[in-house]
Amino acid sequence: MNEAPRYYVPHSSPWPIIGSIALFVTAYGAVTFIHQSTDTVAAEGSFGQPIFFTGLALIAFMMFGWFGIVIRESLDGMTSGLLDRSYRMSMAWFILSEVMFFGAFFGALFYARIISVPWLAGAGNNLETHVLLWPDFADTWPLFMTPGGGITEAMEAWGLPFINTVILVTSSVTVTFAHWALKKNQRVLLPIWLAITVALGSSFLILQVIEYQEAYTELGLTLGSGIYGSTFFMLTGFHGAHVTMGTIMLTVMLLRSLRGHFSAENHFAFEAVSWYWHFVDVVWLFLFTFVYWF
Amino acid sequence: MVAQAEEVIQHRSKLLAYIARWLLTTNHKDIGTLYLCLSFTLFFIAGAMAMVIRLELFQPGIQFAEPQFYNQMVTMHGLLMVFGVVMPGFVGLANWQIPLMIGAPDMALPRLNNFSFWILPFAFGLLLSTLFMEGGAPNFGWTFYAPLSTTYGPPSTDFFILGIHMMGISSVLGAINIIVTIFNLRTPGMTLMKMPLFVWTWLITAFLLIMVMPVLAGLVTMMLTDRHFGTSFFSAAGGGDPVMFQHIFWFFGHPEVYILILPGFGIASQIIPTFARKRLFGYHSMVYATLAIAILSFVVWGHHMFTTGMPVTGQLFFMYSTMLIAVPTGVKVFNWVATMWRGSMTFETPMLFTLGFVILFTIGGFSGLMLALVPADFQYHDTFFVVAHFHYVLYPGAIFGIMAAVYYWLPKWTGHMYDERLGKIHFWTAVIAVNLTFFPMHFSGLAGMPRRIVDYSLQFTDFNMVSSIGAGLLGLTQILFLYIVIKTIRGGEKASARVWEGADGLEWTVPSPAPHHTFEVPPPFPPMMEDNERTPLNE
Ligand code: HEM
Ligand SMILES: [Cu+2]
Repeated sequence: MNEAPRYYVPHSSPWPIIGSIALFVTAYGAVTFIHQSTDTVAAEGSFGQPIFFTGLALIAFMMFGWFGIVIRESLDGMTSGLLDRSYRMSMAWFILSEVMFFGAFFGALFYARIISVPWLAGAGNNLETHVLLWPDFADTWPLFMTPGGGITEAMEAWGLPFINTVILVTSSVTVTFAHWALKKNQRVLLPIWLAITVALGSSFLILQVIEYQEAYTELGLTLGSGIYGSTFFMLTGFHGAHVTMGTIMLTVMLLRSLRGHFSAENHFAFEAVSWYWHFVDVVWLFLFTFVYWF
Repeated sequence: MVAQAEEVIQHRSKLLAYIARWLLTTNHKDIGTLYLCLSFTLFFIAGAMAMVIRLELFQPGIQFAEPQFYNQMVTMHGLLMVFGVVMPGFVGLANWQIPLMIGAPDMALPRLNNFSFWILPFAFGLLLSTLFMEGGAPNFGWTFYAPLSTTYGPPSTDFFILGIHMMGISSVLGAINIIVTIFNLRTPGMTLMKMPLFVWTWLITAFLLIMVMPVLAGLVTMMLTDRHFGTSFFSAAGGGDPVMFQHIFWFFGHPEVYILILPGFGIASQIIPTFARKRLFGYHSMVYATLAIAILSFVVWGHHMFTTGMPVTGQLFFMYSTMLIAVPTGVKVFNWVATMWRGSMTFETPMLFTLGFVILFTIGGFSGLMLALVPADFQYHDTFFVVAHFHYVLYPGAIFGIMAAVYYWLPKWTGHMYDERLGKIHFWTAVIAVNLTFFPMHFSGLAGMPRRIVDYSLQFTDFNMVSSIGAGLLGLTQILFLYIVIKTIRGGEKASARVWEGADGLEWTVPSPAPHHTFEVPPPFPPMMEDNERTPLNE
């Protein structure tokens, strides 16, 4: 009985409440910012933009503070056994919630491709909709012309997107090499592989920016170009945001590994980030298949 | 002078310390209390909105509420009751009870726990503030169908969207915490199949939360971009479809209604054995039935959309899958009744509320079965019959479940017994008022009275008057509840550790009131109860 692990319960902490306030400021700022920039309500006297960025800064501040404590606890050896397992499990469940978040957008993509676009073109028992409302509309994917008449070109899969696929898959491999290095206590190889992974992640992002530019300026593919553009930018955009977060977290891991923070046995943060990175990679494979390729 | 000033300073710093304690706390009992207080507060706010609705519907014609305002009341009432009352109420109970019931010192991630809670007051502040905005609060019903909420939504809709995002973050983080606590911090010897059912049902509820809250987040994000950034997810002109909104919403929505009831099932499964002084009948089948309900709940969402337009095969699929859910639900009801069979029963307030729960929830289940029949639903959909159905499962279901739990565990939390006589009065008035309010809605709905409309035809007047009178009474009884709770907190007969003669479980081994820190060392399991007449949970 006495063998059972004693559990570390942290005492009160200011970071959660700072985080709640930060979220609130961000949310409030985001809405007023959007209202200002889209003229939804009168813009005078509201400070959406500065409030929004203050909120984001507060969130960053909170994360620094909060993770700082957790790191210190871990260095003091308080994060052992049970707590480590709790952290791991919660990261896994968190990733499941992220899977479901992307699931909503993939759901929208499949719904559009399998149901709404064919139906608008008269499939099933929807001939009247087609004839009466959108007689010129044809069922194609990518949707070059919307029922309302909006026109766009499609993004070619085998150009930048394919290069990006190679980059991300490679980065998943390099992060695994980093993990192996850590497990074998190869303190020189670890930061090298991590740095390569960060570089790959960053190049992915740069290429995605170039791709977006091409979409907007040359293809006429924008958020506003019908359901094709909507699903395209929503999926790739949120994915890109996740790659950004992942790259930042990998950079933090790189800096921490240079400071000698991890040991072969105790490196939850590193593993969490690498799980996250693999997850982002898998999402991309689905994206590449269903958004770009087929 | 100096002494006086010092006193003031001391007083101030005491106040500050008090505020800091609640703001910064990482203690599961404190956080549970906070959740329950938030839930209770919003219960009265959302209840006041229901009073406005019922007052307006007392007579045909437009009396007090302009149609626009009426729509806002209906919307905010629904949103607050679902996201602000029932969900935080159950999370509050989870916070208090799960560590106590599994022998854990606290939740697995105490700081995250504080974060999950403190997001909520801000989220609901944001939501409530929309009432005072130009263009009014959201007015499209708690289901916020597109295009009512996209093309035609008031500017405040965007605050609603961000509010939903915040609640979603809170729910997902809270759910992760609960799952990890249950998997990781059980006292040695408590295997999964020896966990109290409240813990089991919460484990499954938390799983549902993690699966569907992110979908809701995705949905409101698409709304936001449709409203402001030119996307066409829910617009046919761009190749999207407003019906897609309904599919995604109900993919979240149906599991959500089980999120609102499963912990209630768990509560009933704790309370009935205690007051029947018998072991729970069919523990294993209870667990499997809960799992089956949770899994099936992902494939029935179409029953909310029979009249929206769907291929016949889809309708048939959703009809049969929905009726299939009634089977595990029936298993549960059967087991509760079988637990009481030949038990030596007593009828203290928690037991009364639980009995009300079992009987009235079952009525709601039956009306659900009626609604699940496609041809019948063509007639019932969007009438007051649906309102009757979901109020039967939610008021005497979820809300009675929470109240039963509060009466059951309040002595453990406060160290005092509540006033049994007042508790019984509360129950009997509540149970009469609930039926007065919601039973007539079955009839007006079957006769064709549409829901969410400020006015109605003359022939529905009698039913509506009865409903409104019932609603007023129901509102009053909850003030009595508030009084009872406050009275119990402030004093009353001392409660023993075990509180109830037939109670079993780890939470009854700690003194009442439960000390601030419990189980710093994992307790032995099965628990050593105060006296030897143990009736173990299951062996
Ligand atoms: C035997 C179990 C159940 C069945 C067969 C069932 C069936 C249904 C059906 C078919 C509808 C759609 C009616 C319509 O809009 O035409 C419905 C609506 C609803 N049900 Fe149930 N239900 C069950 C249990 C529950 C439970 C346990 C809850 C919540 C605790 C619940 C909450 C709701 C709500 C809130 C609505 C209305 C949603 C809205 O349109 O605003 N139901 N139910
Ligand atoms: Cu449903």
